[in-house]
Amino acid sequence: MLAEFLQYLFTGITIGATYALIALGFTLIYNASHVINFAQGEFLMIGGMATVSLTSMGVPMILAVVLAVILAGILGIALQRFAIAPAKQADVVTLIIITIGASIFIRGIAQVVWGKEYHVMQNFSTDQPIEVFGAVLNSQSLWVLGIGAILVVGLVLFFTKTLIGKAILATSMNKEAARLVGIRTQMVLMLAFMVSALLGSVAGIVVAPITFTSYDIGIILGLKGFVAAAIGGLGSGVGAVVGGLSLGIVEAMAAGYISSDYKDAVAFSMILLVLFFMPRGLFGAKVVERV
Amino acid sequence: MFKTVIRRAGKCAAVAAAGLMMMSAQAAEPIKIGSFLSVTGPASFLGDPELKTLEMYVEKINEEGGVLGRQLELIHYDDVGNASSARNFASRLIRSDQVDIIVGGSTTGATMAAVPLIEQAQVPFISLAGAVVITDPVKKWVFKTPQTDRMAAERILTDMKDRGITKFGLISGTGGFGSSGRTQTLEVAEQMGMEVVADVTYSGSDTDMTAQLTNIRNTSGVEAVLNFGFGQGPAIVTRNYAQLGMELPFYQSHGVASDSFLELAGSSADGLRLPASPLLVPDSLPDSDPQKEVVQNYKAEYEARWDSKVSTFGAYAYDGLMLAVRAMEEAGSTDPEAVRNALESIQGYVGVTGVFNMSPEDHNGLDPESFRILEVQNGEWKLIN
Repeated sequence: MLAEFLQYLFTGITIGATYALIALGFTLIYNASHVINFAQGEFLMIGGMATVSLTSMGVPMILAVVLAVILAGILGIALQRFAIAPAKQADVVTLIIITIGASIFIRGIAQVVWGKEYHVMQNFSTDQPIEVFGAVLNSQSLWVLGIGAILVVGLVLFFTKTLIGKAILATSMNKEAARLVGIRTQMVLMLAFMVSALLGSVAGIVVAPITFTSYDIGIILGLKGFVAAAIGGLGSGVGAVVGGLSLGIVEAMAAGYISSDYKDAVAFSMILLVLFFMPRGLFGAKVVERV
Repeated sequence: MFKTVIRRAGKCAAVAAAGLMMMSAQAAEPIKIGSFLSVTGPASFLGDPELKTLEMYVEKINEEGGVLGRQLELIHYDDVGNASSARNFASRLIRSDQVDIIVGGSTTGATMAAVPLIEQAQVPFISLAGAVVITDPVKKWVFKTPQTDRMAAERILTDMKDRGITKFGLISGTGGFGSSGRTQTLEVAEQMGMEVVADVTYSGSDTDMTAQLTNIRNTSGVEAVLNFGFGQGPAIVTRNYAQLGMELPFYQSHGVASDSFLELAGSSADGLRLPASPLLVPDSLPDSDPQKEVVQNYKAEYEARWDSKVSTFGAYAYDGLMLAVRAMEEAGSTDPEAVRNALESIQGYVGVTGVFNMSPEDHNGLDPESFRILEVQNGEWKLIN
């Protein structure tokens, strides 16, 4: 009985941690620009696919990971510089639509370069699962959780302790005022996209051994990550983590105890409930927008 | 200046047109083979090898003198896996291209969308898609080359029974392939007196099926597990199965019978069994097997021509084209009614997928034994029977 419960919990936490990492990427860009970047899933895909293709070319794993993350970072900057920045006066909805277009474009390129097959990545450490009270845990889940935790702490520190982090926050609160106090808002936006791309690609790399990776993996995971971010309250780092984990756990419990057919239905009902009673999500800012 | 260019172009065109007319007067009209396939899009893993196979063998047949002394002409469209464009292209093949026979339809959706048009226009049609609905109930003008999912279920359950298994857990994808396979499995199990004690599903986008498998493991009386699904899902199921340390006999469907599945599932796949085309194990077939030579030749020719791995899906197109050619040769003409009748009476055609014995009641012509049961051993396919 306990083993069963633990098994569902582990499954949920592993999937949830994946969602949380993706949700964090959404949060970051939303914080800086109020744009929901639907190309976030594509950063994830670039991270996983680039690592797989580099390692298959004989590049050592560590170097491949670094190169893949750098590639994603450059892509993030390029996305901001060549797609978002030229439309700077456009309103947020237009910018969101641009990110959707960009995601389709990136996916198309990836399909041409890497083909349409699914690819495998080896577990970082052992393939042997870990047994806890009769339930089993994939060793890669620990990597996802660990790296997720490090990224969350790093992000919190980045936003509260560093000048650049504070500059990003200031830009999101009031772009004009931030410019007046000497923040180069264009640079800040570019930076936010870059950090978000780095985050996404790292997430893509650590989850690839569990989910496999392919040119279109970003659609599915990106959407789930967005849902997690919305539950937690867009713009809240803690919210992204809580939203991701709870989405994952609810899905796994529903699949285990109720029926796998209703798994997604249960998860989406939860979103409806949360958003119905707390429209800004669990940890969303409680501000009222001035009209 | 401009005028002279136009005048010269006009002269050229006139000469070319005259030349063409003379040529067509010399050679007999080519036999038009129409095709609509999902060459790009989500089902491109079906349509791409199918088109390559058709192109390659139409070329080959033409080099060898064609059919009935006439050359073959392949007219093909890409339906991108979309049923409504499949219907449009089928209509174009019939009305404007006026093809003699249609070999195509990569997916069940595309095939079924085109069927009403084709029945109405009375053109022989050989489909390359899997589901049982295509030929059951029998439609006068529609044939198909792949085995049905029902045969796969029959083959798997027979193998289970041979191992003394009567109660098993079923985990299936919620996509078209998985859910159709699930329905067929439930029906076949009832007929064979077997019991499906656990019945769980997963959706195509799921990245972890541990919860569903735990559910099956905790059901009392489960003696084996069968996964009916397509794409990367079954590979994840296989990995989770190994992670959970489940020791029960494990079966997959023919939907994952490809080398890329082995690559994805890795060592977790060891010990699992599935029904598959002999194309996966061409060299382990016994010499007495009539298909051995056909299978080996197709594999060698495809891989030499395209420099990529052969796939079972391409083989459906091979069988479709060869059945069409054989029917036209037997009919002695391309008259639709005669070709249809010839198709329906083909007996003992040895193809890559199996040995076809068509009849007015059976427009597929294969039996479950055309599937071979394979087991994965040390990352390779091993022929069981």
